[in-house]
Amino acid sequence: MSKKPTAKEASPPSAPDHAQAPVNARLTPEDRVELFRKMVRIRRFEERSLRAYQAKKIGGFLHLYIGQEAVAVGCCSLMGPNDHVITAYRDHGHAIAVGMDPKPLMAELYGKATGCSKGKGGSMHYFDPSRNFWGGHGIVGGQIPLGAGLAYGLKYKGLKGAAMAFMGDGAVNQGAVHEAYNLASLWNLPVVFVIENNGYSMGTSQARSSAGELAQRAAGYDMQWGQCSGHDVYEVRAMMDKFLTLARETGKPSTVEIDTYRYRGHSVADPDNTYRSKQEIEEYRRTRDPIQLFQDKLLAEGVLTPALAEQIDTEARAEADVAADFSEASPFPTPADIQTDVYWEADNPADRRSQGRLFFT
Amino acid sequence: MPVITYREAVRHALAEELERDPNVVVMGEEVAQFNGAYKVTEGLLARFGPQRIVDTPISEAGFIGVGIGASMLGVRPVMELMFWSFYSVAFDQILNNAANVRYMSGGQIHCPIVIRGPANGGTNVGATHSHTPENVLANHPGVKVVVPSTPADAKGLLKSAIRDNDPVFFLENTMLYGEKGEVPAGEHVVPLGLADVKRAGTDLTIVTYGRSVLHSLAAAEVLEREHRISTEVLDLRTIRPLDFDSVLKSVAKTHRVLIVEEQKPFASVGSQLAYMIQREAFDELDGPIHRLATVDAPAIYSPPVEVEQLPNPRRVLQAALETLA
Repeated sequence: MSKKPTAKEASPPSAPDHAQAPVNARLTPEDRVELFRKMVRIRRFEERSLRAYQAKKIGGFLHLYIGQEAVAVGCCSLMGPNDHVITAYRDHGHAIAVGMDPKPLMAELYGKATGCSKGKGGSMHYFDPSRNFWGGHGIVGGQIPLGAGLAYGLKYKGLKGAAMAFMGDGAVNQGAVHEAYNLASLWNLPVVFVIENNGYSMGTSQARSSAGELAQRAAGYDMQWGQCSGHDVYEVRAMMDKFLTLARETGKPSTVEIDTYRYRGHSVADPDNTYRSKQEIEEYRRTRDPIQLFQDKLLAEGVLTPALAEQIDTEARAEADVAADFSEASPFPTPADIQTDVYWEADNPADRRSQGRLFFT
Repeated sequence: MPVITYREAVRHALAEELERDPNVVVMGEEVAQFNGAYKVTEGLLARFGPQRIVDTPISEAGFIGVGIGASMLGVRPVMELMFWSFYSVAFDQILNNAANVRYMSGGQIHCPIVIRGPANGGTNVGATHSHTPENVLANHPGVKVVVPSTPADAKGLLKSAIRDNDPVFFLENTMLYGEKGEVPAGEHVVPLGLADVKRAGTDLTIVTYGRSVLHSLAAAEVLEREHRISTEVLDLRTIRPLDFDSVLKSVAKTHRVLIVEEQKPFASVGSQLAYMIQREAFDELDGPIHRLATVDAPAIYSPPVEVEQLPNPRRVLQAALETLA
C-alpha cells in the first residue's frame, strides 16, 4: 500500500519559494550551513547508533529519525529563550536539534552512567531542561497534555514564548491528544501541536488508521492549522514561524502537520517488509531526501561548496564515532544507582521534610 | 482551638498555601464557579480569582497532564479529582508521566504537583465511583500517598503535600467532609510519613488509616467497655512514605495486630503491612496478623448492604475479638 493516497508530490513549479520567506531570507550563510550541519549530524548519529545496536551494544527499542531531519531542525532552529519542546519516543533528532551533546545521547543508548539520563531513560527518554527540552516520552500521545502544560506554565508566569508539542501521525487518534487540543484552545495556551506525519503509525498506514485529514481536526477545536512539506527545511521554518509567532504574540494554539518520511522501520524491531514497498522508500530517498534537497539548494545559493559539504559529513561521522567511543569507554551505572533519582526528597536529604520509609523491599 | 469540619480544614490549607506561594494554582472540575462539587473549594474563586482557581472541563487526562507539564516549569498545581475513582482515565498522566519523569530524566526534573479528592465507598454510588486506589498509587516509586482521617491531619498534611517537591496524591473521603475536630488556626503542618497514635492501648494494635480510623476508635471503645481489652489505634496517615517505626513500636507493646483498611484485600496496603510486620517483628507476635478489608467484590449499590461490605465498627469489633482469640 502506498504511504497515503493524498501524498503531495514535490513542490510544483508554481509553489512559493520558501527561501524567500522573511524568516529564511534573513538567515546568514553561516546560519544556513548550520541548519545543514545539524541535519547531517542527526543522520550520522542515527546511522552510528544503528550500527551499535546491531553490534548488541544497545538494548530495547531504537526508533530512528533518518529521513525526518528537516522537521526537528527546522522547528527547533526557531526557538527563542522561552520556547519549549516536548516529543515522543523518536526523540534523537530533537535532542540534537536543541543542542544536546551527542556523547551523552549515545551513552544513554549504551545504558551508561554518562548518559543524558544516567542510563535510566534509554532511547525513548532523552531530556534536557537546560535547553527547554522536556523529553522524550514513550506512550503515544501521552506527552501532548504535558506540552499544553508547558504552555500553561509560560502563560501563568507571564513569559512570552511557545511550546512545541511533537507527535507522530499515529498519536492523533489518542484521547489525550484531543483533550489537550480542547484545553489549549479553550484556555488560549501558546502551544503549537506538531504532527510529524511519516505516513505510518508503526506498520499501519495513515489510510488504514485515521479518518479524514489529520491537521484539519484542529478546526473542530477552533484552532488554526496548517500543513507543509517536511522535506524542505525552509518550508518547515516558514510554516512554523507563522504559528510560533501566533502563539507568542496572541497566546493562540495551533496544529501543524508536517509531511515527512522515515527510511527505517518503526523501530529496529520492525523488519519493514509488510506494509510498504522498497520502491516507495527508494522514491523518497531519490526525490525528497531533506538533506540532499537542502544541500542542492545551498550549493545553488553558493552558500555551500562540495568540499564544505564533504567536510561537514566527515566531521559528523567523526562526531558520531567519538560519541560511540565515549559510550564504550564509560561505566555502567551501579546497582546502587537504581534507587537514586526516584524522589526529589531522597536525592536532597538535607532538605527532606517528610519522614518514614520511601523505599520497600 | 477552633472546631471545624474536615472540608473546612482542607479549604483552609488550600487558602493558606495559595496565600503563601503565588505559584500554587487550584485546578479541577467545578472547583471555581460552582464552589466545588463537595464545596471544599467554596469561596476560593472570590478570594483568589480565576488565575489561581481554575475550572476545567471533564477531561482528567488533559487537565492533569497540563498540570504536570506546568509543574515542570515551576507552577505548583493542586488538582482536584471530583472522585479519585476517575484516576483511571488519567492513569497514563499520573503514573507514567508524573511518577516516572524524574527517574527517566536522570533526576533533572521534578514534578511538584498534588492531586487530591475523595476516595471512598459508603455513599451508594456503585462500583465506578467507590475506588480506593492508595495501594495502586503507592505501588509506583516516585509518588507519595496520603490518606488523612481527621480535620487537623487533613489540614496539616495537605500543607506539607503542597510544599513537597515530589508528586503527592492526597486521598480524602466524602464521608469525612462533615466530620468536625479541633484544628489549629494558621500555620499547622504535619510532616508526611509520620503515623499518629489516635488511641493508646496495651493488648491489641489496630493499624489503620482514613475513615477506618474512626471505625477502629469506635470499636476500641466497645472493646474497652465490654471486653476489658485495651486497644491501640495507630493511624498511618501517610501510606508512602510509611512510618513503619511507629508500627514496630506499637507491635512491640501489644504483640497482637489487626490491620483495618477500606481496600479490596488482594495486594492491598494491608498485604504490604502484614508482610513487613512478620518480616521485621516476627518474635514480637503472639499470634497471626489479622486483617479486615472491604469484602472482595466490586462496590455494591444496595445501601444497607454496602455498609456491611466496608469496614464498620461492628466488623472491626468482631475482627478484633478474632485476632485475640
